[in-house]
Amino acid sequence: MNDFLSRIFGRERKSAQQAKERLQLVLIHDRTDFNPGKMEQLKDELIETISRYIEIDPASVRIEMTQEGREQRLIADIPLQRTGRRRLS
Amino acid sequence: MPGKVITITSGKGGVGKTTATANLAAALAATGDRVVCIDADIGLRNLDVVMGLENRIVYDLVDVIEGRCRLRQAMIRDKRMPELFLIPAAQTRDKSAISPSDMVRLADELRPDNDWIFIDSPAGIERGFRNATAPADSIIVITNPEISAVRDADRIIGLIEAEEKGPGRLIINRVKMDMVRREEMLSPDDVIELLAIELLGIIPEDESVILSTNRGMPIALDGNNRAGQAFRNIARRIRGEEVPFMDLEEKGGLFGYLGRLIKPRG
Repeated sequence: MNDFLSRIFGRERKSAQQAKERLQLVLIHDRTDFNPGKMEQLKDELIETISRYIEIDPASVRIEMTQEGREQRLIADIPLQRTGRRRLS
Repeated sequence: MPGKVITITSGKGGVGKTTATANLAAALAATGDRVVCIDADIGLRNLDVVMGLENRIVYDLVDVIEGRCRLRQAMIRDKRMPELFLIPAAQTRDKSAISPSDMVRLADELRPDNDWIFIDSPAGIERGFRNATAPADSIIVITNPEISAVRDADRIIGLIEAEEKGPGRLIINRVKMDMVRREEMLSPDDVIELLAIELLGIIPEDESVILSTNRGMPIALDGNNRAGQAFRNIARRIRGEEVPFMDLEEKGGLFGYLGRLIKPRG
């Protein structure tokens, strides 16, 4: 649908850009033997483990693989559950 | 100084390993260095025809390894350059006929009398690849600006690093600058960014490469051809010279951004 719309509006991405983006994703998984399925599993287990210690917002947890040169990094962004400020007395 | 062993590999077949081997060896031999090329693609011999030496083969790599001839007998002297030699692949055997340690021994025997030993690796990541990379002092990874070739190159770079032979240097072959300009082909800097290894050179797509292969005469010996010039520049970089990257665009621009990429930021 996106492709269709962008074609109508004459803003189709050039094929070189598509090739680059597809390669970026595929290389991350090739290099680590880590696929999107495992990533979901990791995310679920991470949420489960962390929730035992602190209340988090499971829906906003983000985990992604980034790369700089040939170095790869797993980055997890885990927002805590919004709560009213706890009163001390 | 003992010779250096350089293995040319790619993962994917058909990206130009054999052409690059023949041309870089010829370019180095043309400067007076003594160069031996080894075709490590056993069963799929090809470097002989690309170098135009197919009619002179008597003994091959497997004959040397198995002791049926002396090393010198299997070294075919080039027609034009007396300092360039080929050790051809066996055509009737398979990759299991030799082992990585055979190749290490052969390279050790060649180093004292030669400046450069080029090994043309077979495609793939199996035994033939390990045979070709085992004796390497350095590795050149060659790729095309195409999605499958780049992916396979990345895999090869990972394997080279795992073997502590890395990181290797990159040649991007068959770049069509008109397609790059239209953003219909991965640009050299896209490929460098994806693979994140040092660039050794870029070869523009050029029909003359096929013509020269038809004749069995390396394009690197053609003084006027741009692809030949690109190979000669790479040969000089292999020797350790600083050679600016060729301007592949008619109106400049490429050199500037490539220059930045050679020395990665940060």
